[in-house]
Amino acid sequence: MLGKGVKRKREEEEEEDLTSQDWWLEETTPSPNPEEGASPAPLPPSSLFNLSIFKLHHGLRRGEPDLRHLVLVVNTLRRIQSSMALESSPPEPPCPAPVDPLPVAPDAPLCTSVSALLDDLSHIEGLCDTQTSFSEDIPLSRPPETGLDPGRPAPLGSLELLLEDGLEGLFDDIDTSMYDCELWPNLKTDSGETEDKIQGQGLDVSELDYLMDVLVGTQTL
Amino acid sequence: LGLCCAPSCYPVPLSSEAGGGERSWILVCWLLVSTQVTLLSMEEDIDTRKINNSFLRDHSYATEADIISTVEFNHTGELLATGDKGGRVVIFQREQESKNQLHRRGEYNVYSTFQSHEPEFDYLKSLEIEEKINKIRWLPQQNAAYFLLSTNDKTVKLWKVSERDKRPEGYNLKDEDGRLRDPATITTLRVPVLRPMDLMVEATPRRVFANAHTYHINSISVNSDYETYMSADDLRINLWNFEITNQSFNIVDIKPANMEELTEVITAAEFHPLHCNTFVYSSSKGTIRLCDMRASALCDRHTKFFEEPEDPSNRSFFSEIISSISDVKFSHSGRYIMTRDYLTVKVWDLNMENRPIETYQVHDYLRSKLCSLYENDCIFDKFECVWNGSDSVIMTGSYNNFFRMFDRNTKRDVTLEASRENSKPRAILKPRKVCVGGKRRKDEISVDSLDFSKKILHTAWHPSENIIAVAATNNLYIFQDKVN
Repeated sequence: MLGKGVKRKREEEEEEDLTSQDWWLEETTPSPNPEEGASPAPLPPSSLFNLSIFKLHHGLRRGEPDLRHLVLVVNTLRRIQSSMALESSPPEPPCPAPVDPLPVAPDAPLCTSVSALLDDLSHIEGLCDTQTSFSEDIPLSRPPETGLDPGRPAPLGSLELLLEDGLEGLFDDIDTSMYDCELWPNLKTDSGETEDKIQGQGLDVSELDYLMDVLVGTQTL
Repeated sequence: LGLCCAPSCYPVPLSSEAGGGERSWILVCWLLVSTQVTLLSMEEDIDTRKINNSFLRDHSYATEADIISTVEFNHTGELLATGDKGGRVVIFQREQESKNQLHRRGEYNVYSTFQSHEPEFDYLKSLEIEEKINKIRWLPQQNAAYFLLSTNDKTVKLWKVSERDKRPEGYNLKDEDGRLRDPATITTLRVPVLRPMDLMVEATPRRVFANAHTYHINSISVNSDYETYMSADDLRINLWNFEITNQSFNIVDIKPANMEELTEVITAAEFHPLHCNTFVYSSSKGTIRLCDMRASALCDRHTKFFEEPEDPSNRSFFSEIISSISDVKFSHSGRYIMTRDYLTVKVWDLNMENRPIETYQVHDYLRSKLCSLYENDCIFDKFECVWNGSDSVIMTGSYNNFFRMFDRNTKRDVTLEASRENSKPRAILKPRKVCVGGKRRKDEISVDSLDFSKKILHTAWHPSENIIAVAATNNLYIFQDKVN
């Protein structure tokens, strides 16, 4: 502790400023400079996951998304997802990290952000039967499907469950060639199951018809 | 420079390539690219030097549209073009040298200003197309006029910039005001003569290359055959002939059949400076592909593939993002390529694909801050890099208005700052240093004090002299070397 009336030296002050930022420091990067002091507190992957979901959501809200930004964020999401999946598979995790890769605590913000994401996606042309309310059907704390297919990019687990056909809808609206045909491919492929879900969830089919009319109308112009 | 510290803790200035002596940099002129410059340059009798020195210091003129988005010298270095977010192109011309005014070497004044691109609206997608100029590339000069390519996200334009200093006088059928004369009143014939007039610089769009890109154009590159050029967007590269605007050849297409499988985009592309059949393009995964157009019409299969294996000790969630290449440039010799990713600049030998021959750390102190840089999106910033005329020094930008130079021969590097507060005209730039540890020396700046909103993304180096142009937001700084 400092004695009475003793001014702290300038160097010490600056040292304190530096360490106050530690909580943002990466868990996986080792501290290269020994002068930085105690190793920083790790940032849980689930927070990074939430942040990435938010970025995805924010990026898609823009009129014309930046494809590079989108691809990099999605790839980062995949990395985080597979890392969280790997953490959940061993029975006894070596470190005191949360056993459940999707802990209950962040459920609410994750659910909210993903729902908001879906809400926006449903208004983007080219997407079809996005389901608006999932919280009752699919428990978010369910661990993502194991057995990652090496030939295919790792699915985003719960995000994929909520979005029909995974990430297809995320990139569709950017490509103008989708206006040619196959407007609602998902409806055709998963006809029986999907239609039940649509009617069961109370999704406004007339809204979909209106969207289709608008799109078809622009094509004939 | 008046250095008095031990070399180990203070950056040493670059040594000159030939003739010995230490090289230091001085600010030649600082130019504010603003709407006022646009208005004034249209009035021919204004002394353009006044624009450089007077009222531009008032920040109230600066708007977001004035943010410089590209800087490029022409092939002789006589002209310097800037493009900004508002779709404007401003061309500066080098001050004519005279024996009496040697100290004016390296000064540039406004030569021409024009609106290259306007905001457009894509009615099919209900989206606005930004007018921001992404890139400018000069064509080599073949006659009295200057030609450049400028591009926004979707459309490339070829501009002709020419001077007019004579006008015809003495027409028969119209008078000096341009009004038609009644032929019945004409009694004699005369031959019109050319009379000198005040110099007028006019820019006219000669070609518009549109509707060829679904995604955002990030690069344009003029071929060494001077007949063709390429434009690259996130997923495709097209080859154009300067004379033909209604069609282009697609030479690279990395769009997957199923967009769900999209994991990589094209980030930059450039033609080889000497071999008209060769070009390279970089990707968001940190790879560079060299293609030979003689091999096939569609260059989906590369001739060479440059990738450095990932360092396992530096692996993190952000490894891919920081490996994404933001710029790729051939050396003037054509033997090397330089790439810029988030933290480093790398030099590759075309004959060695498995790793770069040189790696330079631009701002490695940011490696432990990647998480917060991801949160504020700074990790996605796209920095450019440039070679000097002899390929011995490379330069790139950083944050806090810092820019870095690396001497490939001496392995020395220097950090300089482009700011009005810290540089008076003709004053020598003081090297800067960022401290990462707890103890900060007097002239150093700590990592957490860096201003991440002040980023130097665009720089340019004169093709044959040590004159550099550095764009900091809406300010353009021109520095030259001062050999002691």
